[in-house]
Amino acid sequence: MAEIKIKQVAKQYGNTHALHSIDMTVADEEFLVLLGASGCGKTTLLRIVAGLETATTGEVWIGDKRVDQLAPKDRGIAMVFQNYAVFPHLTVFENIAFGLRMSKVDQAEIDRRVEKTATLMHIEGLLKRYSGQLSGGQRQRVAVARALATEPEVLLMDEPLSNLDALLRMEMRAELKSVLAESKTTTIYVTHDQVEAMSMADRIAIMNGGKIVQASSAVEVYRNPAAHFVASFIGNPPMNFLSAENAGDGWWNVNGVKIKGPNSSSKTLKFAIRPEDIVVHGPSGNGSAANDDSLSAGVRILEPLGSHLLASCKVDDQLFRIVLDSDAKVSPGDTLQWSPQPDRVRWFDPESELAIN
Amino acid sequence: MYPKSLPYLLLLPAAVFLCLFFLYPFGLVAWQAFVNDSGQFTSDFFVEMSSHWKFNTAFTNTLLLALAVVPFQICLALYMATLVNGMKRGRDLILYVWTIPLGISDLAAGIIWLAIFDQTGFLNSAMQGLGFIDQPMSLLGYQSKGTIFLAILVAEVWRATAIVLVILVAGMGLIPKEYYEAAEVFGAGRWKRFTKITLPMLKPSLQTAMILRIIMAFEVFAVVVALGGTNLPVLMGEIYTWQFDLQDANVAAAYAMVILAISIACTLLIMWGLRTPKGARV
Amino acid sequence: MSEANRFGSGPVQSAGSWHKYFFTGAVVLLCLWVLVPIYLLLVNTFSSPEAVASYPKKAFPVVDTESLKFFMNYAGVGQALWNSIKVATVTMILSISAGAPAGYALSRFDFRGKDTFRVLVLMTRAFPLPLLALPLAVMYIRVGLDDSVLGLAFVHTTLALPFAVLITYSLFSGIPIELEEAAWTLGCNRFQAFMKVIFPLVLPGIAASAIFAFVISWNEVFAAAVLTIENRTLPAFLLQGLSDSPLHLKFAGGAVLVLPALLFIFMVRKYLFSMWGIANR
Repeated sequence: MAEIKIKQVAKQYGNTHALHSIDMTVADEEFLVLLGASGCGKTTLLRIVAGLETATTGEVWIGDKRVDQLAPKDRGIAMVFQNYAVFPHLTVFENIAFGLRMSKVDQAEIDRRVEKTATLMHIEGLLKRYSGQLSGGQRQRVAVARALATEPEVLLMDEPLSNLDALLRMEMRAELKSVLAESKTTTIYVTHDQVEAMSMADRIAIMNGGKIVQASSAVEVYRNPAAHFVASFIGNPPMNFLSAENAGDGWWNVNGVKIKGPNSSSKTLKFAIRPEDIVVHGPSGNGSAANDDSLSAGVRILEPLGSHLLASCKVDDQLFRIVLDSDAKVSPGDTLQWSPQPDRVRWFDPESELAIN
Repeated sequence: MYPKSLPYLLLLPAAVFLCLFFLYPFGLVAWQAFVNDSGQFTSDFFVEMSSHWKFNTAFTNTLLLALAVVPFQICLALYMATLVNGMKRGRDLILYVWTIPLGISDLAAGIIWLAIFDQTGFLNSAMQGLGFIDQPMSLLGYQSKGTIFLAILVAEVWRATAIVLVILVAGMGLIPKEYYEAAEVFGAGRWKRFTKITLPMLKPSLQTAMILRIIMAFEVFAVVVALGGTNLPVLMGEIYTWQFDLQDANVAAAYAMVILAISIACTLLIMWGLRTPKGARV
Repeated sequence: MSEANRFGSGPVQSAGSWHKYFFTGAVVLLCLWVLVPIYLLLVNTFSSPEAVASYPKKAFPVVDTESLKFFMNYAGVGQALWNSIKVATVTMILSISAGAPAGYALSRFDFRGKDTFRVLVLMTRAFPLPLLALPLAVMYIRVGLDDSVLGLAFVHTTLALPFAVLITYSLFSGIPIELEEAAWTLGCNRFQAFMKVIFPLVLPGIAASAIFAFVISWNEVFAAAVLTIENRTLPAFLLQGLSDSPLHLKFAGGAVLVLPALLFIFMVRKYLFSMWGIANR
């Protein structure tokens, strides 16, 4: 149980910058998820905290101890790896006991702690088996049990669920969340799966190009993406973007329609709206609620997804997705009249790609 | 995470060893071949070597043997490798049997085939038993250089095809089987699949195998001694003779340079002939 | 390699049964080609000296161990056998203790000079190594290593070391680095992690490459003949006596040379491929 402080950590491989001066604090008992596409630096950052890689510059603090010059074994961490890394030549019991034996815990205590964590992870019946006799999900449980058995101050998890199939992943996700909430261990969890991130995290740090772009709660990154990248990365489908031209006095011209926006002197902005935050007035020609404020969208492709109908349209020659009710009577080629829910519209500066409030 | 010196420390013993017992002796052997006792550069030893009556025969014999053995082995091993890959059951057993000669030294191989080709050996016995001959022929005598050559050829093919087989089977294991399935869907038959997929994809393995084999072929020694005594001189045997019977280490070194030169020449030739463009590998 | 049914199986086979017979025939014939000569050597080995010299030969011997006994009691054989074992054992120890750390370094670290070292190792393949014995014979006299077990073992180690490096390299590469990293995060330093996790996993492979080094030394003739005079190894001893010793002595000697090697190759057969698979690239 400790706080993690990352101070101006940067990592360079030759001329490429894997991490640009990262500053972040993970609060005690917090569950922080590092989310990003592959190559964004999230795993590198995790491995620097673990001590498996050395930062080019910067400091890492765990609790009130500076650890960036310490070996992994002296940092008070435990780690769960993507491919589980369950030792194949040891039984499940010995795997879980491994860290305890290294720190010279006496046998009675080892028995007790192995028993306890194995029960927690529901693998108490597998203690005599070898990893070759376990399924992927069971190996995953062993890996987590092995990490928890040492009662670390900090738990680091590197895509621990990505090798499991979809159904098992969902089950393990919920289970891990409850186990970790109970153990109250400060956790950094790396994943590329946004659903996983949103469902588990106290706070999500979204990384791109070796930087942390936004670090907030799940709802916050979804509702108020701090940057264009977050808006286009979070959400499935992601946010729609349309270019907007300054019409003066905080009004912006989006595809010929004036929309109230921020007061800004820049010539253009990006108008952004989530596909489900759109009010559709019906196909044109039906004569229903279409009015001056509505924009039009040409329907190209329809994907009936059960819970809703996803329409991929063209607005101003740009791809624009709209979530419709499953029963909506639409066909490709129709033109939809729509307007955004005013409180859900977000604006981004095309230069800095940051959100404007 | 680790001291910068760790990998170097781990490499140190092997590197020192190779420098001391590989690079340095090769420098020494060149020195011996080109520099006389008073420390002057000289080509005397090469002149002495090449003017000796056995040099030309030894040189030609070695070259001919290599040229006869190696291509034959490559073809045989290719055939064996495709057979092995076509097996459903018993693959491991057959592969083990075929790689048995890998553990047999050249001297032992020579002795094994001596049991067959000797005048009182099994070949004569079998031929007489079948009525082809009335009395045993001398196959390995002073008069029969042709049959000695053949016997050495057979023994070499028997002994050293296994190493080629291992390299080629390993190489074939690296070729994804989807390529074959794709070719089959496009209508390529067995032979087309072999020439259009296996052979080109196997180039790096073929290269390794050929280089290794051709160098071993130039070193042929104990098989020759076991089967032919001194009746069929080869380069390596001449080195042995100069070193021991004639006590002239310099001429022996000159011979060594000849073997080294043709080895390097052949290696470069094979590397050039079977080069694969970067990015065109499996 | 077990799923590599490239030519025979596959989806639908249109080839007729003649192809199957031809295939089986070729396999059987090639097996005979390998096995029969060894069998014939053994026939000679287990025949009486008289039978070995007789003509015509019989394909099935009257088993008699007289030739073998004669060989084992022949002056110098015992000593040569013992020398062979000593040289091969030293070679084995040297090549593993120098080769395995190098293999580990190659598989786990990126460092300047790595490629140079790899080239050096692969270069040994392109040189006729037994020739090394020539200059070393001179050098050894100067440093007092001539006609010694250690001197010959050094040359044999040069032969075996590249194989040891390549085999151990492929062994270590086959073990996920995460296993080691997991051990570090669980309280091990580098050495402890190696001993507790990596070493138990590579042990069978290390043993195989040690055996391989042993066989390389056991079989080597030329350098042994050049570098030893009194302390001949078995192959050198046999080579020296080839021209004047009786047939049954040669055959018994050949068999004694072959049989341990066969046993060893059988023990390491699983690993024959790992060293070439990696060396191809």
